[in-house]
Amino acid sequence: MSPKEYIKREPLMPQPATNFIPERDIHKSPVIECRNLGIDFGGLSAVSNFNIAMGPTEISGLIGPNGAGKTTIFNLLTKVYQPTHGTILLNGVDTHNMTPAQVSQAGIGRTFQNIRLFKDMSVIDNVLVGLHYQIDYGLGTSIFRLPRFFSEEKKAREKALELLSIFDMADMADTKSGSLPYGAQRRLEIVRALATDPCLLLLDEPAAGMNPMETEELMENIVRIRDMFQIAILLIEHDMKLVMGICEVIGVLNFGQLIAKGTPDEIQSNPAVIEAYLGKQKEE
Amino acid sequence: MSFLNYLVSGLSLGSIYAIIALGYTMVYGIAKMLNFAHGDVIMVGSYVCFFAMMRFELPPVIGVLLAVLVCTILGIIIEKLAYKPLRSAPSLAVLITAIGVSYFLQNSALLLWTSNPKVFNSIVGKGSVNIGALSISYVTLLTVGICVVIMIVLTTFINTTKMGKAMRAVSEDKGAAQLMGIDVNKTISMTFAIGSGLAAIAGVLLCSAYPTLMPTTGSMPGIKAFTAAVFGGIGSIPGAFLGGILLGVIENFAKAYISTEFSDAIVFGVLIIVLLVKPAGLLGKQVNEKV
Amino acid sequence: MIKSVKIKDRIEKSVLTYISVTAVFLVFFVMNMTGALSSKISGMLVPICVYVVMALSLNLTVGIMGELSLGHAGFMAVGAFTGTSVTMMLSDSVSNSAVRLIIGMVVGALFGALIGFLIGIPVLRLKGDYLAIVTLAFGEIIKSFFSNIYLGTENGSLRFSVLQNNLDLSEENGKIIIEGAMGIRSIPKTATFLIGYILVMICLAVIFNMIKSRTGRAIMACRDNRIAAESVGIPVFRYKITAFTISAAMAGAAGALFGNNYSSLVASKFNIDTSILILVFVVLGGQGNMLGSIIAAAALTVLPEALRSFADYRMLTYAIILILVMLATNNPQFRSFFEKLTGKLKKNGKEGGHES
Repeated sequence: MSPKEYIKREPLMPQPATNFIPERDIHKSPVIECRNLGIDFGGLSAVSNFNIAMGPTEISGLIGPNGAGKTTIFNLLTKVYQPTHGTILLNGVDTHNMTPAQVSQAGIGRTFQNIRLFKDMSVIDNVLVGLHYQIDYGLGTSIFRLPRFFSEEKKAREKALELLSIFDMADMADTKSGSLPYGAQRRLEIVRALATDPCLLLLDEPAAGMNPMETEELMENIVRIRDMFQIAILLIEHDMKLVMGICEVIGVLNFGQLIAKGTPDEIQSNPAVIEAYLGKQKEE
Repeated sequence: MSFLNYLVSGLSLGSIYAIIALGYTMVYGIAKMLNFAHGDVIMVGSYVCFFAMMRFELPPVIGVLLAVLVCTILGIIIEKLAYKPLRSAPSLAVLITAIGVSYFLQNSALLLWTSNPKVFNSIVGKGSVNIGALSISYVTLLTVGICVVIMIVLTTFINTTKMGKAMRAVSEDKGAAQLMGIDVNKTISMTFAIGSGLAAIAGVLLCSAYPTLMPTTGSMPGIKAFTAAVFGGIGSIPGAFLGGILLGVIENFAKAYISTEFSDAIVFGVLIIVLLVKPAGLLGKQVNEKV
Repeated sequence: MIKSVKIKDRIEKSVLTYISVTAVFLVFFVMNMTGALSSKISGMLVPICVYVVMALSLNLTVGIMGELSLGHAGFMAVGAFTGTSVTMMLSDSVSNSAVRLIIGMVVGALFGALIGFLIGIPVLRLKGDYLAIVTLAFGEIIKSFFSNIYLGTENGSLRFSVLQNNLDLSEENGKIIIEGAMGIRSIPKTATFLIGYILVMICLAVIFNMIKSRTGRAIMACRDNRIAAESVGIPVFRYKITAFTISAAMAGAAGALFGNNYSSLVASKFNIDTSILILVFVVLGGQGNMLGSIIAAAALTVLPEALRSFADYRMLTYAIILILVMLATNNPQFRSFFEKLTGKLKKNGKEGGHES
């Protein structure tokens, strides 16, 4: 980072009072905190003044009309885009200057709206790529097939199968991932993200393209993942039943701005949210 | 030779590169593919003109027109047979196919016309214009002139005609253009036709300036012109023009002042440096993958 | 209807490859020993090994890493010139020709790796077509570099010059090694089929063992989806450069073997035609398919020699093969046609297979 850039960055702001952490996590420090986060594309502000903090075992949702900037926020958090304003603190550590790969190693796992699997690789290999940093041997060990290679691979495969069995996918382990049905591909993306041992999981429209029954199952699984791994989950979703059903806190985005934040009940009765979704009602 | 003379011959070579680069850049902009065989279309054009003028003793103008006609048809055929079936294939597959087409043309020419170099008679007289110490041959004048004319006509065509608009639309977004009623296949064919026609002109000019004609004549200038197109920013028409001229001048100066043997290496070195500093070329725009 | 494609276990495939390569080697090795091979065929045994290694090495870049390199002959040139120079220099001090050759190949591989690494740093930051064209540019630069250098030894010290022969070697103690465009001359032929076979096996083992390890999976993940690979923490650039360096090292070793198989070596041999030829082996054998590469490289090296009359049409045929293979594997209509065809064959072959 050049000194000039350093000066351009805004100073850390005191934690905004609007941040909301469920009672369960209130005494713990937040897993992620965004202060004044924003990005401009060619002078056009896509996201601005985005402030949230999430407790370490919280499930939160991000909703808003198409083009509101929800996926952009995920891309900012994972450093696919470099923010032009503000700070992201992951477990209290500033992620400024980190690459997407480093952010992942620091503890953010994610899925994608348009599924991005390693299509030509098998299901288990997809998970094993996620387990990359938990497999401990070097290139030389693998080329000479030293004993360590076999023990580490065995351990990793067992772990991968265990993760796959969360979604009952262990029997598909050797299937080519590109040939899985749509719903299974979405689930595999979640397993792959979990394999990186994240403390925060970002799910981008996990229920897209699923039927109501699959969605129901997914809801249970999201809660189960949180309980099993004790991680925070932030999800983007258009299915209101899912969002209202499992999220403890919901943030509403419109035109790149957070217009409301609160519990599902608060959000449902918030006039600003209703306006954003249905348009301003004419005065009678 | 003086500095000015090197500059003028560099401009002449650069004009040829620019005309070839225009073909590359248009095809890349619209079909999003690197037409590796473009350089070999140049060679075919030169042979057609050569045989028209030498064997059938037709006037040069007819020879050039014939070359343009043959290359235009060749371009359309290549696109239909080899590239169109791969419209949705990964770019690696399309590139390998294009390399295949390039080798097909080269080796067909080798079988048809043998590897013996043919001596190409310039389409204009041998004379030159002298301004002080500077002497500019007619070929040079013609080359630079034609390049400027092509540049102006092409820009006007792209900006004002209906077909030009369709081309710009297809290059922005194929799917949306199709929904707006634009015949994408016809537009791409048209692009190949124009590019290949330009290649024929470039071939004739190239062989007028450097009169040996072989089946491999087109490949090196083709690669260098592609370098020029990338240099200027692929997909951009002014970029191709600028890149071509600059590359020609750089190559001539490298030959004159550094080393003839290393001139190609220097030209490629320039390409590498430009791509590292400005990955989209001088006038190109960076496109990022949407996540 | 859910169609599940089982991925064949690569271990089995690698064992099959090792066995078939060894079997073919043994047959030809014994035939060569007993003099059952014509001199033409026995003279081609080493070049076949060289091209097999080149195809394997390029397949690592194209098939496994998923990037097109059009300058692979350049790495071969690096290995050929450095490796052969070393064997020439050692001709007095090391008497055993096999040891000399192996040292030469190791040096060739090291220089190949070094140049691959250095070129990879800028090149692998580019994508797709740009990457391909820049590798082509580097290949040409390497070629013109080796056509314009002069290298000699005198009293154990190295003399080096570029563009002009400024070595000033003395008559009795000096020895010229690389002589500009004329390259290296009067090389003692030390390459043997056995060493060629060993090199093929080493390269195969490195590739197969790497593919089925965390490194290989990371490289293939970058190929399949760069952004997703980053999202699970894979440093894409580092793995690409690892693969590229290994690939260049193999090409360097193959080049050193090649250089020590002929009495003279010129840089113009390593032009873009050679790069394309190797690409044809890879494409024809199947991207990512190592056994395919081996078969394609061996067959296409032998065929034109075996069919002399065919030689004129060789490159033309290659061009047509390249186009047809690409159309057959990438065009939806072609592909479904072939899938139907192979599906029918399979059904006829075994009744009630578990394919749905």
